Order: sequence, then C-alpha cells, then structure tokens
Amino acid sequence: MTVGGFPQARVLGRDVPRVEDEPLIRGKGRFLDDIALPDMLHAAFLRSPHAHALIRGIDAAAARALPGVAAILTLADLLPCLAETCLKTAMPSPSYRQQLDRPVLADREAVHVGEPIAIALAESRALAEDAAAAVEIDYDPLPVVADCLAALEAGAATAHRGAPSNLVAEMTMGFGDVDRAFEQAPHRFRERLRIHRGGSHSMECRGVVAVPEPVEDRLTVWSSTQMPHAARRLLCDILGLDENRIRVATPDIGGAFGPKLVFYPEEVAVAAAARATGRPVKWVEDRREHFVATAQERDQYWDVELATDADGRILAVRGALVHDHGAWTVRGVNVPQGAMGAMPLAYVVPAYRIGLKVAATNKVPVAPVRGAGQPQGVFAMERLLDAAARGLGLDRAEIRRRNLVPPDRMPYATPLKTRGGIAVTLDSGDYPRCQQMALDGADWSGFPARQAAARAKGRYLGIGLANYVEGTGRGPYEHVSVRIEGSGKIFVATGAAAMGQGTRTMLAQIVAEQLGGDLGRIEVITGDTAAAPLGLGGSNSRQAVMAGSSAHVAARRLRQRVLEIAGQLLEVAPADLEIDGDRVRLKGVAEVSLGLSAIARAAAGQAGFPLPEGGGPGLFAREEVVIDAMTYANGSAVAELEVDIGTGKVTILNLVFAHDCGRALHPRLVEGQLMGGIAHGIGNALYEYMVYDENAQPLTTNLAEYLLVTATEMPPVKILHMESPTPLNPLGIKGVGEAGVIPIGAAVASAVEDALSPWKIKIDRLPLSPVEILALLNAAKARDSL
Amino acid sequence: MSDGGCASRSIAVTVNGSVCRAEAPVRLTLSDFLRQTLHLTGTHLGCEHGVCGACTVLVDGRAMRSCLMLAVQADGHQVTTIEGLAAPDGSLHPLQAAFCRHHGLQCGFCTPGLLTTLVEFLKDCPDPTAAEIREAISGNICRCTGYDSIVAATIEAARALRGDGTTP
Repeated sequence: MTVGGFPQARVLGRDVPRVEDEPLIRGKGRFLDDIALPDMLHAAFLRSPHAHALIRGIDAAAARALPGVAAILTLADLLPCLAETCLKTAMPSPSYRQQLDRPVLADREAVHVGEPIAIALAESRALAEDAAAAVEIDYDPLPVVADCLAALEAGAATAHRGAPSNLVAEMTMGFGDVDRAFEQAPHRFRERLRIHRGGSHSMECRGVVAVPEPVEDRLTVWSSTQMPHAARRLLCDILGLDENRIRVATPDIGGAFGPKLVFYPEEVAVAAAARATGRPVKWVEDRREHFVATAQERDQYWDVELATDADGRILAVRGALVHDHGAWTVRGVNVPQGAMGAMPLAYVVPAYRIGLKVAATNKVPVAPVRGAGQPQGVFAMERLLDAAARGLGLDRAEIRRRNLVPPDRMPYATPLKTRGGIAVTLDSGDYPRCQQMALDGADWSGFPARQAAARAKGRYLGIGLANYVEGTGRGPYEHVSVRIEGSGKIFVATGAAAMGQGTRTMLAQIVAEQLGGDLGRIEVITGDTAAAPLGLGGSNSRQAVMAGSSAHVAARRLRQRVLEIAGQLLEVAPADLEIDGDRVRLKGVAEVSLGLSAIARAAAGQAGFPLPEGGGPGLFAREEVVIDAMTYANGSAVAELEVDIGTGKVTILNLVFAHDCGRALHPRLVEGQLMGGIAHGIGNALYEYMVYDENAQPLTTNLAEYLLVTATEMPPVKILHMESPTPLNPLGIKGVGEAGVIPIGAAVASAVEDALSPWKIKIDRLPLSPVEILALLNAAKARDSL
Repeated sequence: MSDGGCASRSIAVTVNGSVCRAEAPVRLTLSDFLRQTLHLTGTHLGCEHGVCGACTVLVDGRAMRSCLMLAVQADGHQVTTIEGLAAPDGSLHPLQAAFCRHHGLQCGFCTPGLLTTLVEFLKDCPDPTAAEIREAISGNICRCTGYDSIVAATIEAARALRGDGTTP
C-alpha cells in the first residue's frame, strides 16, 4: 500500500508491532471473566420467557433454600440500594413521543424475551443458574407487538400496557423544495426496502464484576464496556453515590462493535447486589443471553423515491422510514437518524426529505452495531441509483460518477446537521477517483465479457458497486494525559476505551513520535475512570481522531518542556537537542546527553530548590482537543459474485474496497479494521438474521442458527488506499473502525440483482439467504410463465 | 470446588506437562475446570455450545471443544492450552510469533482456540494451501480480523515449522 502520510515520521504511519499482543498471544490477557476474587459471588439472571406479560408474583422461596445460594434479589429487594429505579440512557432529541426508560429489573410487566426480572447470587455460576431456574414466576401473557410496521397500524396492541401507541419518536430530516423537484422531474424511481441487521456478537459477551469496599464505602466496577465514564455517571445516579465513590475500569475487552456502549440493567443489578451483600459479585453473559439481552439493530422499512433529470443527475430524494426500536429506549433515535444522515452523503442531492417513525416492539432494544445505521442508509441510496441506472439505460458506475460530490467542491457544505446540531460539511476527498480505483481494481469494464462467458456455461455472475461517506471522529473531545515519571518511563492515560482495535498501540505511537520513538517505554491506560478524569469512550469511529489528536498535542507540549529543561541542564539551546529513546541528545554530538529520568526528576523539584525555568513542576501534559465537526471518510466497494440458481447460494468471487480515511497512522491496523468490517458486512448481506416469530419469540439464539462469517465464506479481498488528509485535526486523520461494513450489503445486493437480471428480479432486502433467493427466483419464474 | 452436593470424582489430568489432581464435580466442563479450578484463564468461552471454537484445547494432541467436554472425561489424558504453547524458555511457538507479525489477532479473545486448532492442523498438514487453512479454521469464529491475516500467519508458521526458509 501507499504510505505517504507521514514521510518525515519515525513511527507514525509505520506498521510497528502492537503493544497489546504479548500477553494476549500467551494466554495471559485479563478479560472480565478472568477476574476471580476471594469471597466472590456469581450471578445469574432470571429472564422473561414471554415477549409481553404481566408479572403477577415472584416466589423465590425454593430457590433461596438451594445449597450455595446467597440471595435471590428482585427490584423490590434492591430498592434500599437504589436512588432511581430506571436507566436514563436516552440521548436528547426533540423527536420523542414517549419516554421508555428501562427498569433496573422488570417488576410488574416484562416487555421482551430475555428481560431480566431477578438476580440469583450463589457460590458458583452453575449454582446461581440452578437457583434462577427454581424461581417461580406467575405470568399473565399480554398481546405482543412483533413487527414494527404492524405496530404503527391503527388499533394495534401496544408493546407497553397502557401506552398511548407504539410511536416512540418521529422526525423529518431534509432540505430543499423536494415536492417541487419531484413535480418537475422527468424521471422518478421508487423502492420499497426491508433491511435487517442483527447483533454485534463480539466473541466476548458482556460482563461485570462489582467489588464493594466497605471501609471507605467505595465500589469498583470492572465492566466490559465501551464507555466507562458514562457507566460511572449512570451508576452514581442510580446508586445515589458521588463519582469519587465509584471507579469503573475496563479489563481487556474481547470485541465490542457497538452494543457495549449501552448501559444495561445487569450492570446496575450486579453493582447494587454487591452493595446489598457486601461481597464481590460477578456476572458474565453467556452467548444465549447475548441473543436475548444485548442490543441489536434489526429491522428498517424504507419507502423511498429518487427524482433525476434525463442525464441521471439527482434532483431530489424523498421517502419514509419505519424503524424497529425494540422495547425500551436505550440510546435514542441515533440508529435511524444515522441511516437518514448517511443516505445522501456521497452525492450532490439538491433536495432531500425522509420522514421517520420509530416503533416500539416487544423485542430486545435497538442500539448501534458497527456502522450504526449507515449501512442501511447507503443501501437505500444505492438501490435507488441502480434502479435509476436501469431505467435510464446508464452504466451503474456512470450514474454514480455523475452524482458523486466532486473534489473541486470540497469542502462541501451540506444543509444537513448531525444529531447535535453541528453542520455536516464534507471536509476533503476525491470520491470519483476513489470509485474509479475500485472499478479498475475489480476490472469493472471487463466484467460483461466474464458474465457472458459464464452464462454460456449456465453460470450466473453479477457485479455490484456501492459508495459510502461516513461521519467519523465524533467530538467534542477525548481526554489524554502524558506523564514522564522519575524512572523515565512514559505513562499515557485516556478516556478512550480499547476494545481490541489496537487503541493502545495507536496512542503509544503518537506519543512515541514526540518522545523518543520507543513504544516499549510507554504504557497506555485506557478505559479507567481512576486514570482519566473525563472521557467519552469508544463509538463513531472516533478514538484515533479524538484521542489521537489530544495525545499528539499533549506529547508535543511535553516534548517542548523536556527539551527546555534539558537545554538548561546541558547549557545548550533546546533547538539543538533531540529525544532518542530514553535520552535527550545534542544533535551530532552523541556524548552530550541526558536521560529522561534525570529530566523528570529535575522537573519534579526538591523542597527548597528552584524549579527549572520556564514552566511549572512535573513532566505532565493534559489535553482535550475540542473538535465539534466530524471528519468524513469515504470509500467504494465492488463485489463480483456467482448465484447458484439451483440452490440460491451466493458465492462472492472477488471484493475490492477502495477507501480514504485520511492519513493512516498504522496501515496494518487500518487494514485490520477494514477487513473485520468487511467480514461483518458480508454477514449482514448474506448470513446474519436475527429471526423472531409472530409472538416475538427469538428463533435464532445460538451460533448454529445465527450465522457469523467464518474463514471459508471470506472472498479474496483487495483493499486500495487513498489518503486525503483532513484539515480538521492536526494529524489529518479520519476514523476507520466502521467503514468496512458500510457499503458491503449494498454492493452485494447490486451484484445479486445483476446476476439475476435474466429474470428481472429486484433485490429489495437484506440479508439474502439461499431461501430468499430461491423464493425470488420461483416468483419470477411463475410470473414469466403466466 | 463446591457444587451444591453434586457428585464429584477425583481426577488427574496432565495439563501443559504437569499432572493436576483435583476433585471435579461430574457436571463441570473441561473449560471451567481449566479456567476456574486450575486458573488457566487463557482458554476462552465464546458460546458454550460448541460453535465458536474459542475454547478449543488439545487433548492428547487433538483439538477439542473444552466447553463440550466434561472435566472427568479428561481424567488420565494430556491437555495442552494456549499457556502451554510457548517453549519452556518462553520463546513463542512459530504460530504465536506469526500471529503477532501478521496481525492475526485484534482483541485476542478467539486466539487461544485458533492457535490450538492450528497446532494440530499443521502437524497433520505441514504444507497447507490457503484454502486448506481456511477449511481447518472454519470452526473458529473471529469477529475482528476477517481471517486473511490469520491465514497469512499460518502459512508463515508452517514454513518455519518445516524449517524451510527464514521468517522475517
């Protein structure tokens, strides 16, 4: 790949070894379930087997009498430990029509299968599960809302008893005179789409260990969370404790991909149970619980229309979106809002309007999964463009080329605003060139010959293309501090959370660039409220941008102070000094040098002696670079695939992914993020389907029923890089954590439609299982035989 | 460990070369025995129903799902976990070294099962093609890497284990 971003740099832009690997590769990592403490109780949750039911009574007498059982606690039992009984985790939005804050434990009404009702505490997890199974609950089943479209029909049952309706939120996003544009447009194309995304399925499920410290009335909560600072604030609110009483810390995290940014009932119940019993309590989610208790993205229905001129130039886009919200508001409307915001972003769209309705259902609450709505928005836009290309007789790449935001209009101010009201301005990039790279990489122009040759042999090949623009690096800040202690070792602490992406390596690299170039001398502490006073944590492909910028500025400032003090001690000009490893040296005169250790000790001062001049005591720099505007990354994916028309099986033969995330701090980490996202995107396109029946009973609750992509499903993937540095942050970087997943579903759908073009089949949904493909083929054949 | 009066057996399992004697409840899985009784937490549990492969260990050299095997079934057998892959002097197994070089791990949660699966595979198939490697690890789910880096690492490790060519 091209690495041109940091030509003068020592370690930035280079594939340095990951600092995370050494313990992990030896089996010495410390994940949440590896924490074992003396006197620790193990928790299991009793969960509702009903999608919607009244809870008429809970009888835990038999369960409490079982051997090894310490307690069975319901909401009523936890009340003495709780200042509030609900989790207020919804982000602000004027769109809400009802408030659905979920309870710490359900006590009168259960509203989805898997909702926790009681926590069993025992000497082992097995005994806690035995106890939970022995609790008797008297349920009175209630009417169930299983589908978000049906939920909004007049007279529909409500997902919550006594609710006025299932409408949780509604809003309209858009700009321009849409209806006038449609009235005057020569061409219109309409698509009705159903897009499903399942769960995140990090290989490590969620988990919490709460450790009460009665001497000082403190609580340490180890949590596999993406947002430790937010978790602490919520725990403080719910437990009625000051922030200095609670530490939330993250051990090694075995993947997260979105749902671990939500705060969950189990985290509160475990913390409250630890305070109630005075003993450490551990709960580790098992995979079956993950299917019924961890947030998912699930269903969206789009009814959208595109207006173009005779040349295929976009005049307007309009439509309606219905989003399955699940039973509670755990994050807000950000998933559908992200989908609507992503839809037009890559293209010049003069007028745009999407009306959103968010519907409550009796299912697991919805919250972001890698991509956070953007794959759905991109899918809707790209399906419309394919329809327009077909209708106008244009090549699918050509219609996109005509509409992509051109480089000479950068920065391109759209009329859109983010959820926080911040203007959406595409800051940099060359989208048409990026698309061309992908097309060339996939030999798009040579495909018709390949397709014809295959058809002659009875094989059905298709090729598809999709573009995306992704808002990354959501601000306003991330905290980073850099400190050089008396040993000369460098400590970095941040509110950012490491979930497996190489966050520590990335920050160590940025700091090392300024402070000697040796990553081995740097320790990075992530995701610990005791180490960082502030933090927003991991989401929105933000940490390299936000924490990276803060680390860069803090380390540069510290470097200046180091050189200033060294200059005084060595009696030379700071400009003539350089930091190399753990020493400051006079350039070109190797024997004149001073250790970082000596400089740190001088800066720390001694009682009665003056400090080095020009600054305060200590070698410490703290920074929270504030950037409100997001920086927009982009890319284009081309998928070439074969559809077996006998079995409905889709085999991706080749995938090309051209992208631009600004300067790449660490090209291998960037590629790793993209590849993981691409694999997830292939799963969303072809395999991952979280199925519920008409009673909102989940039918795919293990990994044999819900299919994650394995090595044999991965096609050959070619990643092509562009680097358009953003002017918005000092390193010129854009986020890349979610990019891979965003265009894959749309590109695969386009390619399947192309493969099935002899039958004029329209692809209007994801995922595309063999069953779906065969059904489409059979329907088309039946239609054609009429 | 106490397990509520559940029946237990005395077992002796050779784990990473050392004989471990313990009283194991009959319902205790091998994975829980390794993690909880022996404190060998390098073996991870990703699904506990035998699909994800994270908990894979070697039993008498064969890759086994430790979540689907009872501790009592390991009585008298040799078990190797990720903690036992490095040489006694601490130097990494060629697979471990290659995983680091090729970014075959990100979060590291699935890594123990992939390594043990591949240790067995490379013994049976010392010079595999990429397709054969993919087949061999198709019972191990990784949500982070997209697998290409794991395949590349395995090809390099196979070369090192065969002793032909040098690793970078």
